[in-house]
Amino acid sequence: MNRLLLSFVFLLTAIPSTTYAHKVWLLPSQTVFSGPEPWLTVDAAVSNDLFYFNHFPLGLDNLVITAPDGTHVDAENKAKGKYRSVFDLPLTQRGTYRVAVVNDGAFASWEENGKRRRWRGSAAAIESEIPADATNLRITESFGRVETFVTNGAPSLDALQPVGKGIELIPVTHPNDLYSGETATFRFLVNGQPQKDMEIVVIQGGTRYRSSQEEINVTTNEEGEFQVTWDEPGMYWIETSHQDDETKIKNAVGRRMSYAGTFEVLPQ
Amino acid sequence: MMNRIALMLGIALLGVSQTTAEDWKATVEIPRLNVSEYHRPYVAIWIQDENRKCVANLAVWYQLTKSGEGEGTKWLPDLRQWWRRSGRSLEMPVDGVSSATRPAGKHELTFDDHKQRFSKLPAGKYSLMVEASREVGGREIVELPFVWPSKTTQKLNAAGKEELGEITFVIPSTK
Repeated sequence: MNRLLLSFVFLLTAIPSTTYAHKVWLLPSQTVFSGPEPWLTVDAAVSNDLFYFNHFPLGLDNLVITAPDGTHVDAENKAKGKYRSVFDLPLTQRGTYRVAVVNDGAFASWEENGKRRRWRGSAAAIESEIPADATNLRITESFGRVETFVTNGAPSLDALQPVGKGIELIPVTHPNDLYSGETATFRFLVNGQPQKDMEIVVIQGGTRYRSSQEEINVTTNEEGEFQVTWDEPGMYWIETSHQDDETKIKNAVGRRMSYAGTFEVLPQ
Repeated sequence: MMNRIALMLGIALLGVSQTTAEDWKATVEIPRLNVSEYHRPYVAIWIQDENRKCVANLAVWYQLTKSGEGEGTKWLPDLRQWWRRSGRSLEMPVDGVSSATRPAGKHELTFDDHKQRFSKLPAGKYSLMVEASREVGGREIVELPFVWPSKTTQKLNAAGKEELGEITFVIPSTK
């Protein structure tokens, strides 16, 4: 019944994405490293359960890894399996790496011969891939960031400077300095500006072993800041989204931005 | 602000306290464990202030050579508190602080070369921290709080339950 209702709502609102019904995530093998060249390995997937790969692998075409010195570095051993993608990263620099999948594109839906068509792709491909005479065409710009942070040695901030596009999590508390029993503060920016009233969901991994999601719901304040108190050590997933009509794509009705980050909270 | 002024005043009044001829010294016992796979623990010993800020690293014992598990430094973050409070900002090895892992037994440590630094510690509450972490074993931290300076010699002791045995720490009196 719920599923039926959900599909109906989907059709009505015509947010043409099925992936948004699921959680997207990167799962780092660990986030705190030491040594001359420790290796990080990451699972990337789309699923309902955190952090279990049982639905779709997350595409790695738009993997953007920012090294501690601010330069972009490439992952190694990228592979896509049935339910998950994986990649490795040798941490040759000391400091904090920002590891992200940044999807910048558009969704569209229209009617063709009485049937609803759905499409997703890059903004540049709209003109060539969507029929010019499409009826009830609805285009939405989309910008999604899925990320995690890892540190070799002492946490640093250079890789965490805002890019200025989409939703970004900016540290007040460093994302690799999180410990159980403590409260962390982060700030959300939308296109580089602090955004108030963003609704945030925080869920600890290991959902398979408990009866409820145990979501923590928080909202950003005037400065775009929110706080989370970590009751237990573990991997946590932080998700939020934002919509507005400031799109640069021709004929688009608006812009939808999403954010999903994975954060490791260590025991004291 | 008030505290800071009080602290500075304290330092000014005390000047650089003179320690007696006695040494700062400690004993750290690594328990003998009856386990099928035993590896010597990594151990960190440091002094932290009331805000848990590390004010002196006294010793770090870790595997100095490369093994099948990679560089010995790879496992230093397993000394979780020490890593957070100090280790992650250090470039290993650290002269006079880091050395190889040690076998089970009681280890006596003196801190002659740190005396100068100890004497400059602002008056306040501190703790000696001893943290141990063992491959395929557990991790434990023992805290011995003390006040500095003190007119009498302080002899502290505490004991761990799993990875650490008896810990003693002697803080000489100040004149």
